[in-house]
Amino acid sequence: MEKRAIFSGQTLPYLLLLPQLAITILFFYWPASQAVWQSFLIEDAFGTSTQFVWFENYQSLLGNPEYYKAMSVTALFSTLVTVFSLSIALLLAAMADRQIRGALAFRTLLIWPYAVAPAIAGVLWLFMFQPSLGMVAQLLRRYGVDWNPLLNGNHAMTLVVMAAVWKQVSYNFLFFLAGLAAIPRSVIEAAAIDGARPWRRFWTIVFPLLSPTTFFLLVVNITYVFFETFGIIDAVTQGGPSKETTTLVYKVFSDGRLGGDLGGSAAQSVILLAMVVALTAVQFRYIERKVTY
Amino acid sequence: MNLRALLFGVAASALWAGTAAAQTEIQWWHAMTGANNDVVVKLADDFNKSQKDYKIVVSYKGNYPDTMNAGIAAFRAGNAPHILQVFEVGTATMMAAKGAVKPVFELMKDAGEPFDPSSYLPAVTGYYSTVKGEMLSFPFNSSSTVMWYNKDAFKKAGLNPEVPPKTWPETFEAAKKLHASGYSTCGFATAWITWVNIEQFSVWHNVPIGTKANGIDGFDTELKINSPLHVRHLQNLVDLQKDKTFDYVGRTSTGEGRFTSGECPIMLTSSGFYGNVKANAKFAWANAPMPYYPDVAGAPQNSTLGGASLWVMGGKSAAEYKGVAKFFTFLSDVDRQAKLHTDSGYLPITKAAYEKVKASGFYKENPYLETPLLELTNKPPTENSKGLRFGNMVQMRDVWAEEIEAALSGQKTAQQALDAAVQRGNAMLRQFERTVTR
Repeated sequence: MEKRAIFSGQTLPYLLLLPQLAITILFFYWPASQAVWQSFLIEDAFGTSTQFVWFENYQSLLGNPEYYKAMSVTALFSTLVTVFSLSIALLLAAMADRQIRGALAFRTLLIWPYAVAPAIAGVLWLFMFQPSLGMVAQLLRRYGVDWNPLLNGNHAMTLVVMAAVWKQVSYNFLFFLAGLAAIPRSVIEAAAIDGARPWRRFWTIVFPLLSPTTFFLLVVNITYVFFETFGIIDAVTQGGPSKETTTLVYKVFSDGRLGGDLGGSAAQSVILLAMVVALTAVQFRYIERKVTY
Repeated sequence: MNLRALLFGVAASALWAGTAAAQTEIQWWHAMTGANNDVVVKLADDFNKSQKDYKIVVSYKGNYPDTMNAGIAAFRAGNAPHILQVFEVGTATMMAAKGAVKPVFELMKDAGEPFDPSSYLPAVTGYYSTVKGEMLSFPFNSSSTVMWYNKDAFKKAGLNPEVPPKTWPETFEAAKKLHASGYSTCGFATAWITWVNIEQFSVWHNVPIGTKANGIDGFDTELKINSPLHVRHLQNLVDLQKDKTFDYVGRTSTGEGRFTSGECPIMLTSSGFYGNVKANAKFAWANAPMPYYPDVAGAPQNSTLGGASLWVMGGKSAAEYKGVAKFFTFLSDVDRQAKLHTDSGYLPITKAAYEKVKASGFYKENPYLETPLLELTNKPPTENSKGLRFGNMVQMRDVWAEEIEAALSGQKTAQQALDAAVQRGNAMLRQFERTVTR
């Protein structure tokens, strides 16, 4: 089913496209090209001396073990956040997609966290888990857990993962709920008449039919983890302890903004950009084949 | 609104614009919040009322790194402020930016303002001066590291609250007693883990942080923070961390609250913590100089600074510079410095102001405010204790803190951690050298 508008001339369609193109160029292509250009330069923070150095920034980056550490941290962090935020959201959506009293109120409450800014979400969780003042931390300590995200990398990682998941679950929930609502009741009822139990109905009918939503959310979530969790990490751990929660995007920030190394930071952004493009391409190429629209 | 009122309004605003145009406006970007913000605003107001030619306009630009970045970004865009408040670790970055800043000694000379470098406290201005003693930036809010302690807790642990520990071994012993007497989650702590335990620690013991007088003599400096003394101190902290006789409270000042809440009875941090302690601590408290290792020859030496200074940005007109110079003269005034010091707890920057406050007997009632000054002026500064000037210092502190964290959590030995801190720090110094010497 293809919809096609027929325009008589050439001008009008381009004119209609213009605002969107302008925005894309201004807010995406222009800064992206600036980053690529900057990545070939060595410059002091004030920009008073600039030298073109070809790939020197990339070379020093790829020879740096800390960069690979940030990569593995990012891989772990994105896997954990994506898996947890998708599965929890799916569970909640499957539960909420029923005729229950006050369903609307529940749904609304579940969507709320999405309206919270990442940094605020981070601070919220930080307050609960702050070793000496946090309520949850005190509870943990009472039960003999030596909770200390300031020194224990696993604790710090757990904390940022929880904050990032909590924030993303509501977004995923919203889409899963919409996806579930779009599945025809008749198919599920037919299966029920054939004697399929809820668990089996879910895995053989609902889950496959939900796959376009799941796939879309997978792409969105990975992008979210790569870029938008920055605020949470900055508020909660500042990448510590000893780089255990420094993801690639946080490293871009800390090298560029705190270190004033714009060239190296730009080179990292370019690599990060290429990685996300590649990841998305792979997803579309291989996973999308299994998706039934 | 009727026509007459409208016309009146237009005329009034034209008149106002007229007077504003006759004044030279001077932008001052700062990073002060709360009571310190009031100090900045009041200084600007007082200066504006004291004369008619210049008008200081202050703007708050966020925390220290934010303010510095705002200044850098504005310079790149061609509209930098005249005065930018930069924290002490940004000093190397600022002075490396030739053309982007106007050194204070040059500014005062060009403007013909009376300026005698020898009237300033060398312990304070040395940090912001060249090797030749030329003042590059104007010290504004300065502090040093002191040891804050909870007198009630000392009593409870059977320690004499009037005799605080002097040396590190005494401090560890006191912390063990405090730990045993009910402070089981934190016997003692230090905020600003690297500033206190590496920077001030080295200076106080007269051992180098890096070659070339801690980087003051050149950008081709190399770190020396993996010396036996540094390793020994870190090892002591690691050992005491195990049962929380020492507890790590983070890289910046965020852990300071654990002193005022009564959880940590000893806290080494900035003397600028004064206002907060005074307002929030519900127990008897005092402060004392930093501890030292008594077997180190010459210790204690003198301490160095923390805080921020005012940098004058480059590329402004002579009239504007004249105004900035007048403002700095205004700030250096003895009475004003003395009042600023006693009101806010910032260290005075001129010798005369210090003498005046001393003569007034103020320190008899407020000995806490003199502790950092006594530390700073304890002995004439040496190569190792003038201060420090390393490029990439903001990030370098993070790198050092990361390695200390690795040692405290048992992933590395103290020696391994400090070796790595030196190696990684040197790589950052070379990176900085590479960007500034081209």
